[in-house]
Amino acid sequence: MKTALLRPRIGFFDMAGCEGCQLAILDCEDIFLDLVDLVEIVEFREAMSETAPRFDIAFVEGSIHRETDGLRLRDIRARCRWLVALGACACHGNVQARANAWSPAENLQRVHGAEAAHRVQTDDRYWPLWAHTRVRPLHELVQVDYFLRGCPVDRDEFLHLVKRLLAGSRPCFPARPVCVDCRRHGYECVFRHGETCLGQITWGGCGAVCIGGGHRCDGCRGLLPQADLDLHRRLLRASGLDRDTIEARYGLFLSAETGKGRARP
Amino acid sequence: MSGKKATYTIDLDHVTRIEGHGSVRVSVRDGRVEELTLAIVEAQRFFESFTRGVVAHEIPWIVGRICGICCVAHQLAACRGVEAALGLEVSGQSRLLRRLLNESQILQSHLLHVYFLAVPDYMGVPSVLPLARSHPDVVRRALRLKHLANEFTRVIGGRALHPMANTLRGWRRLPDPDALADIRHRLAAALPDFDATVEFAAGLRIPQFERETEYVSLRHPEEYALYDGQVYSSDTGELTPVSDYRRITNEFTVPWSTAKWARWHRASYMVGALARVNNNFDRLHPAARRAAESLGLRVPCHNPYMNNLAQVVEIVHCAHNSLAMLDEVLDRGLVREEIGYTPGPGYGVGAVEAPRGLLFHAYRFDDSGRCQEADAVIPTSQNLNNIEQDMRAFAPSMVASMSQDEVRLHLEMLLRAYDPCISCSVHMLEVEFIR
Repeated sequence: MKTALLRPRIGFFDMAGCEGCQLAILDCEDIFLDLVDLVEIVEFREAMSETAPRFDIAFVEGSIHRETDGLRLRDIRARCRWLVALGACACHGNVQARANAWSPAENLQRVHGAEAAHRVQTDDRYWPLWAHTRVRPLHELVQVDYFLRGCPVDRDEFLHLVKRLLAGSRPCFPARPVCVDCRRHGYECVFRHGETCLGQITWGGCGAVCIGGGHRCDGCRGLLPQADLDLHRRLLRASGLDRDTIEARYGLFLSAETGKGRARP
Repeated sequence: MSGKKATYTIDLDHVTRIEGHGSVRVSVRDGRVEELTLAIVEAQRFFESFTRGVVAHEIPWIVGRICGICCVAHQLAACRGVEAALGLEVSGQSRLLRRLLNESQILQSHLLHVYFLAVPDYMGVPSVLPLARSHPDVVRRALRLKHLANEFTRVIGGRALHPMANTLRGWRRLPDPDALADIRHRLAAALPDFDATVEFAAGLRIPQFERETEYVSLRHPEEYALYDGQVYSSDTGELTPVSDYRRITNEFTVPWSTAKWARWHRASYMVGALARVNNNFDRLHPAARRAAESLGLRVPCHNPYMNNLAQVVEIVHCAHNSLAMLDEVLDRGLVREEIGYTPGPGYGVGAVEAPRGLLFHAYRFDDSGRCQEADAVIPTSQNLNNIEQDMRAFAPSMVASMSQDEVRLHLEMLLRAYDPCISCSVHMLEVEFIR
């Protein structure tokens, strides 16, 4: 990664997710025309019909729920130089990973009814499409070079990544908590008005947008590598939350990282 | 190839420029359509299952993640479902802000769909990118309007995607009055761009295929129903309460689709912009009715491809109606309101019009106030059955009069015209020719 890239070829791909992170990137309207001069978007199913055999950068949104999607991911990995996990679902499974608390059969039954759940098990025609295994972040299957975190991703972080790769340097996403963003914007700590927050244990870089919007941090950007969960649990208990409520809070966006069988990049 | 007895299969796999993954499979033998299926290949995400145990006020925040493009509609339908379950009141101020938030997202979504996803087909290009060179004015206008709509959502909800300022009963942080005045000013200044959008859309050559179907939407006694109302069917002319949604959607599963399908009074029904314009034309803002006239959209309209133009009509409606609502908000001022609630048991159904059509959310809470049961019926899954019926009806005349590539294009355009959102309904289109 020593040389600058001349008009890198970029592809966008989606696995299971809401496709909001791709939209968040389409939301760069004010600089969209400049951006498409600097990079060549060669594949982006949600927005265009063109396809390409190889890419410099592949952005992959969503998590992996079926073997067929795992095969698609491995194929993308083989065709690109850098693979970027785009958004919370790709990085750590996001809210979707909550489904891992139950068996696929039970999830199917709850959504489609007992009869459909049974049919998936017994009718071969249903199997390939309907076979749900477990919600997995991309790094469980392939090497991921960069993580763009958040639900949805932050457009400035996306632009930082593209600019750095264009310049032939390494994108930098420091492992610091959301509290740093909060202080930078001068937001009052939500603990001061009796709320509780996961900002201390969560990857920052989002501009503390949810605190700015009157809410609190629920940890959508994933757990910091240095996060001390036991210490944070004590803090939440001291703020009046009971054990169940604390685990339920962690379980909203961070179930894959705070529950059993946690997987962290 | 027209006139010859062609034999081929079209597999439109993972159709592009739609939200989510879907495939269309058509086999033609001796010039006749033997088989046609619309396959939804999106992976299961199980929102209705993993909301189990979630406390009521977190429900809208979580289920908004069903879809990036209509997150606001999911949040609002969830809020309404939870509020119905727990018997929570919503103030006039919150209602007005919710309608603004909803219309801001309909603007975002329709602008994205018309300009970026649908128009390339009409211009004979594979995406919006080549248009940046051939039609720079159109692309710049599209980007300006889309940016404005995003800003609009941001001002009301705190963020363009997955907004966080709104919650059960009302707003955690009220919109800033200066920002409201600014967005009102910018929206008014953009009216010429909205007019130009109508003029541009009037020049698109819409394929002429008609099939009458049942049109289903909300209907409200005074408003053009997007946030509130009862369910209206064009087949019966009757109103059905939202709480009876299961009687309306009658969901069922098919092996080729991971989304559930729906039917009501006949084999299939249609929701979305065209259904709404057909059912509620009299409630549209006068400027939107004029736009419909310039676009040649006369109701009732039975051409599903016209859904794109119905979206343009709604873009005009939402722009003008939002201006009026912003005036009202600025006029009366915003006051901080109590939004607390007491958790408890209950069952309730909420419905709003998402950009793609009628959206139902239903929730049941146990004594501790945790979610026991959740159900969401998505507009696209209500439309899928109708899309397949349209394809079955149009494919024979397409096959008889068009080349294989044209058939493929027209099927893709038909699917896109519905603006399907398959992440919601669970991904979608593939066309492969067998000679």
